[in-house]
Amino acid sequence: MSSKNSRKLSYSLAINEALHQMMEFDSSVFLIGQGVKSPWYVGNTCNGLIEKYSEKRVIDTPISENAITGAAVGAALSGMRSIAVHPRIDFMMYALDPIINQAANWSYMFGGKVSVPVVIWGIINRGGEQGAQHSQALQALFSHIPGLKVVMPSTPYDAKGLMISAIKDDNPVVYIDDRWLYKIEEMVPEKIYSVPIGKGVIRKRGNDVTIAGISYMASEAVKAANELEKHNISSEVIDMRTVKPLDIDLVLQSIKKTGRLIVTEAAWLTGSVSASIVAEVQNRGFKYLKAPIERICLPDCPAPTSGPLEKEYYINSNDIILKVKKLLYKN
Amino acid sequence: MQSKIILKKLYRKMLQIRLCEESFIIPILNKEIRCPIHLYVGEEAISAGIGAVLNNKDVMFSNHRSHGHYLSKGGELKELIAEIYGKETGCSRGRGGSMHLIYPKTGFLGSAPIVSGTISLAVGSALSFKIRNKKNVAVSFFGDGATGEGVLFESMNFASLKKLPLIFVCENNLYATHLQILETHAKDNIWEMAKPFGIPSFRIDGNNVLEVFEKAQKAVKYCKSGKGPVFIECITYRLMGHVGPDDNIQGNHTDIRPKKEIEAWKKRDPILKFEKYLLKNNVLNKKEIEDVKNKIQKKIEEYHNISIKEEYPLTKNLEKYVFKK
Ligand SMILES: Cc1ncc(C[n+]2csc(CCOP(=O)(O)OP(=O)(O)O)c2C)c(N)n1
Ligand SMILES: [Mg+2]
Repeated sequence: MSSKNSRKLSYSLAINEALHQMMEFDSSVFLIGQGVKSPWYVGNTCNGLIEKYSEKRVIDTPISENAITGAAVGAALSGMRSIAVHPRIDFMMYALDPIINQAANWSYMFGGKVSVPVVIWGIINRGGEQGAQHSQALQALFSHIPGLKVVMPSTPYDAKGLMISAIKDDNPVVYIDDRWLYKIEEMVPEKIYSVPIGKGVIRKRGNDVTIAGISYMASEAVKAANELEKHNISSEVIDMRTVKPLDIDLVLQSIKKTGRLIVTEAAWLTGSVSASIVAEVQNRGFKYLKAPIERICLPDCPAPTSGPLEKEYYINSNDIILKVKKLLYKN
Repeated sequence: MQSKIILKKLYRKMLQIRLCEESFIIPILNKEIRCPIHLYVGEEAISAGIGAVLNNKDVMFSNHRSHGHYLSKGGELKELIAEIYGKETGCSRGRGGSMHLIYPKTGFLGSAPIVSGTISLAVGSALSFKIRNKKNVAVSFFGDGATGEGVLFESMNFASLKKLPLIFVCENNLYATHLQILETHAKDNIWEMAKPFGIPSFRIDGNNVLEVFEKAQKAVKYCKSGKGPVFIECITYRLMGHVGPDDNIQGNHTDIRPKKEIEAWKKRDPILKFEKYLLKNNVLNKKEIEDVKNKIQKKIEEYHNISIKEEYPLTKNLEKYVFKK
């Protein structure tokens, strides 16, 4: 891309641009959810939308996650392209019925007569001693459901491109972003572009070990790989980008070369997306592996509030560095 | 008139809540306290009035703005302060912070910030009383914002159907974060929402502690006689930010409330109002009021000083308490 047609944009403003452009491009797109008027809820992702597209298409709502999400699904069944935002994915738990029982099943159970072009946008917002009910990363729950696609961008470029793909997709897409990524900046094209759903990407090439990261941990994996390079350890970093369906082929290609895999995700270990990655990779890539696959996830424990416990609980690039060193020296 | 003992008790509780809340302001601004805090300043009369009619076998569930509820139900002040500093000595052993308080000994069975999330739990407590023929009541505290959630309506129907001893207390402070009530409700008629379920329901002045107290007394009597739930909507106003002392100070600019409106409500401060009443009726004189304040203030300061020095939970115990062992 020529730099003339792109400029530095933060992750959150890249989402904002995707929303602006898609609402401009397609008058059937509308946004509904709690706090679209308020930066306290959605950061600057919704800046300027109401002013431009009016409260008719940008709708701040009562605290009624179930009904609002159901309404987004129903509107999608009636010719709209709906985006339902939940400023915390924890609050989205009230909306499991319209997402899982209804939207995800609708196409199949009616023999493909209709589809559900809805984006369910859930924001991970944690840290700051917020505790158990304001910290959860629940992608595994949605990735378990057959009729849902689940995307988790980690860069501004992908944040925009995957939002556009999600809106254009004729099926329910759960779009999960992370407030910890909101301030990251990079060059983002001005035009409308798509990042394909279901495709990961190699963020850094390397030979000794493959680190497959999801969302925030993909960005931490890049940091870790840069640090490890200083110690002559060459890591290949894969950003999964979509967690349903998973781009297992990309991981297999990488371990053909490295023979070692670490999967990392800032979500609970048991039943996680990373568990699905491990299962598929060992099944299809056993012969490439020189060592057991490692995972770096959160302990199976709710988020604590107390500062020192919170520090112990969350994971970052340091945990990856330690794990890589252990894995390489052991073998 | 209520007895002097009761009047003084109500006043002390309101003051304790107010001074406790105010004591958090400086540490929040200094970042010595980091967990999100939803201050209850301006709404003290509701907790004080309701809490005063309950005994330790009655139970209470609450939401994110819960310090007042906790204190009114007999939660220890010291353990509240320690919890907010994230200490092992806190009421939730440093795992919960301001938004997750508990004090089972006196029937405060938990506060949690998922809006409306604890309403059905209170229904369950009331159900347990009914199953075991206990003459106790459960109280569910929630805000005006919570009346947007379907679970409230499911709970009202079920509680009424089964004639459960449950008091729904809606603290209507006219806003849910950045939205004024008429931006989220077709009508400003929360108290009427209980009517179709056959639940006696009332709208009262939540800044008048005696009105709250008297209504709560009647509600408890009604519940304990086996007639079913009661719904009380208390009109009030928070005098500080949605979260933290002032939303604007915190840079989030969620306080979109008109300055004039805030000023008008400051004049209806429930504590000032009640002080006037106490002075006029010779329950307390000015000197006595000062003495009560100083005494409570001293305790609060002492508890801050102790809490700051206490131990954080050990990191090796991160996963302790996920399950009962
Ligand atoms: C299920 C859910 N949705 C949204 C939120 C975000 N939230 C936190 S407090 C709040 C407003 C609650 O308003 P109200 O019930 O009136 O209580 P108040 O803060 O006014 O005391 C909201 C929407 C939440 N905590 N839980
Ligand atoms: Mg309110």
